[in-house]
Amino acid sequence: MSESSVYGLMAEFDSAQELVAAAHRTHHAGYHQIDAYSPFPIEGLADAIGFHKNRVPFVVLVGGIIGGLSGYLLQYYVAAITYPTNIGGRPYHSWPAFIVVTFEMTILFAGLSAVFGMLALNGLPMPYHPVFNVPEFKKASEDGFFLVVFSSDPRYDDARTREFLKGLAPRMISEVPS
Amino acid sequence: MATNTQIPLADRRVPVMEPGHTFISIGEKVSNIVLKRPISLGWVLGFLIMFSLMNMLLFALGYLFLKGTGIWGINIPIGWGFAIINFVWWIGIGHAGTLISAILCLLRQTWRNSINRFAEAMTLFAVACAGVFPLVHTGRPWLAYWMFPYPNTMNYWPNFRSPLIWDVFAVSTYFTISLVFWFVGLIPDFATMRDRAEHRVTQAIYGILAMGWRGSARHWHRYETAYLLLAGLATPLVLSVHTVVSFDFAISIVPGWHTTIFPPYFVAGAIYSGFAMVLCLAIPIRSIYGLEDFITMRHLENSGKVMLATGLIVAYGYGMEAFMGWYSGNQYDSMLMWNRLHGPYSFWYLSLLTSNILIPQLLWVKKFRTSTVWLWVISLIVLVGMWLERFIIIVVSLSRDFVNSSWGMYYPTKWDWMTFIGTIGMFLTAMWLFVRILPMVSISELRTLLPEAHVHEAEEVKR
Repeated sequence: MSESSVYGLMAEFDSAQELVAAAHRTHHAGYHQIDAYSPFPIEGLADAIGFHKNRVPFVVLVGGIIGGLSGYLLQYYVAAITYPTNIGGRPYHSWPAFIVVTFEMTILFAGLSAVFGMLALNGLPMPYHPVFNVPEFKKASEDGFFLVVFSSDPRYDDARTREFLKGLAPRMISEVPS
Repeated sequence: MATNTQIPLADRRVPVMEPGHTFISIGEKVSNIVLKRPISLGWVLGFLIMFSLMNMLLFALGYLFLKGTGIWGINIPIGWGFAIINFVWWIGIGHAGTLISAILCLLRQTWRNSINRFAEAMTLFAVACAGVFPLVHTGRPWLAYWMFPYPNTMNYWPNFRSPLIWDVFAVSTYFTISLVFWFVGLIPDFATMRDRAEHRVTQAIYGILAMGWRGSARHWHRYETAYLLLAGLATPLVLSVHTVVSFDFAISIVPGWHTTIFPPYFVAGAIYSGFAMVLCLAIPIRSIYGLEDFITMRHLENSGKVMLATGLIVAYGYGMEAFMGWYSGNQYDSMLMWNRLHGPYSFWYLSLLTSNILIPQLLWVKKFRTSTVWLWVISLIVLVGMWLERFIIIVVSLSRDFVNSSWGMYYPTKWDWMTFIGTIGMFLTAMWLFVRILPMVSISELRTLLPEAHVHEAEEVKR
C-alpha cells in the first residue's frame, strides 16, 4: 500500500491526443480515482476518466424555476395582496404585465446558479491543491497535458502504478506530494 | 466554447487566426501585453485625456445633484432629452458584446473566440455608462432604491405594471449576467496569467482571481456546460433587454412611439451600433497591440457584414414607420412623418437617414469591407447615426403631440453635453485600463482553434 505522504502519481503527455488515449487506458485498467489536466477543454477527456455525473444543468434548472416562481409570486403579492393599486382600472392580478419581470428573474437566478453552481461543484475557490507542488504542473495552463492517479485509488501501488504509467509512454512521471 | 468545431482547412477566406501559432505562442502574445509590455507615453496621454473627461462627468453630475435636472435642456413637453437618448444609445452598444459572446457561441461561429473578451468588456462598460442616465434623470438619485421591491417602513412597493420598473429588472439582470459571463470566461486565463506572471504581487492578484483553477477534466466539463448554458440564457436576455427598453416607448400613446415594430427594430439597431463600436475599438487596438494574427481581416469583414444586415433591418423599420404614417390614416401619425421630414428637426432626420442607411451601403463592396480605414470611418458614422435615431425618436415625437398648445422645442445645454461626453470618457477610461490589466483576447478559447487541440475520433476509439 502507499504511504500517506503521497497524493498520487503524475504523468505528463505530449499532446491532447495522447492524454485522451492514456486516460482511456488508465481508466480501463481499473484505476478510477484519476484526473486529467489540460490548458483548454478537450472533448472526450471527461468521458475518458470516467466522469459522467455532471449536475450543472440540474442546478441551473432548479435556479431558473426558483427565480421564475419568486419573480411571479413577488409581483402577485405586491400587486394583488399587500399593495393593490388601481392602474387604469386593470385587474390587480394583471398577469401579462408580470411577464417581463418573471422572465428576467428566471434568467438572473438560472445564470447565477450556473456560475456559482459550477464553482461549488468544482470546489473552487481552492487556493491550495497538491498537484501544484509538482514544478512541471505550471505548464497545465500553457501546453502541458497531465494525468494523475490518486493514491486513494484502491488499486494504487507506488511501484506497480508507476510501471503501468511508464507503459503509456509519458514525457515524465513524478510523485505528487500531499 | 465551441470545441468540437473543426477549422475548415481548405478555406479560401482569410483565416480566423494566422497560421504558425502554438499553445505557447498564443499565451505569450496575449499575456505579454499585460505582463511584459512597458507602459507607453501614448497610453498615458490617452488615459489622462479620457480620465479628465470622466472627471468632467463627475463635475457635471455633482452640479446636477446640487441644482436638479433644471440645469438640463429638458422641460415639458420634452421631459426625456439627452438622458434617455444616451441611455438607449449606450445600452444598445452593449448588445453587440453579448451577441458575439452568446449568440455566436450557440451558432458555433469560431471567429468569435478572438473578439468576445473585449466585446464583453465593452458591454459591461457601456451598460455602466447607460446606467448613469436613468439614475440621474430621476431627479432625486439618492432615492433610486425606491425602485427595488423590499419591505420598507414607508409601506410602499413599486408598480410592476410600469415598463420603467421592467427596465430596472432587465438592465440590472443584463449587467449581472454579462459580468458573470465575462468572469467565467476569464477564469482559465487568470490561471495562465498566474503561471506566467513573474512578480510576486501580480502572481498573487491573478492567483486570487483564478481561484485555484487547475484545468482538471472534471472542472472543464462542468465549466463548459455552465458556459454553454450561460450563453443560452444570455441570448434571450439580450433580446429582451432592448425589447423592454423599446416598451418604455411603445407602451405609451405618443405618436411615433406607440408602434408594434419597436421591439425588433430596437434590437436590430442596438446590434448595429454595437458592432460599429466593436469595429471602432478593434481596429486601433489590433494595430497598436500587434494582434493582427488573432483579430484578422475575417473578423473585421464579418462585423461589417453584420452591420450591413442589421442596418438593413433598421432601414426597414424606418420604411415601415413612414408607410404606417400613411397607411394608418391616422392624422397624428402622418403628421409625425411630415414633421420629421419638414419640421424644425428635418436636418437631423436627413442626417440620420444618410448616416444609418445611405453611407453603410458601401459595405456591399468588398473593397470597403476589407479596408480598415473605411470600416473605421463607416463605424463612426453609424455610431453618430444611431445616436441621432434616438434623438429623433425621443425629441421629435415629444415636440409635436396632439394639441398645438403643447408643442415645444428642445435645446441641450452645456451640462447635457458635458454629461454625455463625460460618459464617453468614462467608457474609454475603463477600456484603457482593461487592455493593460486583463488578457483582452481569450487565451484558452484561442487555443481550442488550433488543430492540435482536437482529438481525432479514429485514434480515440482504440482503448
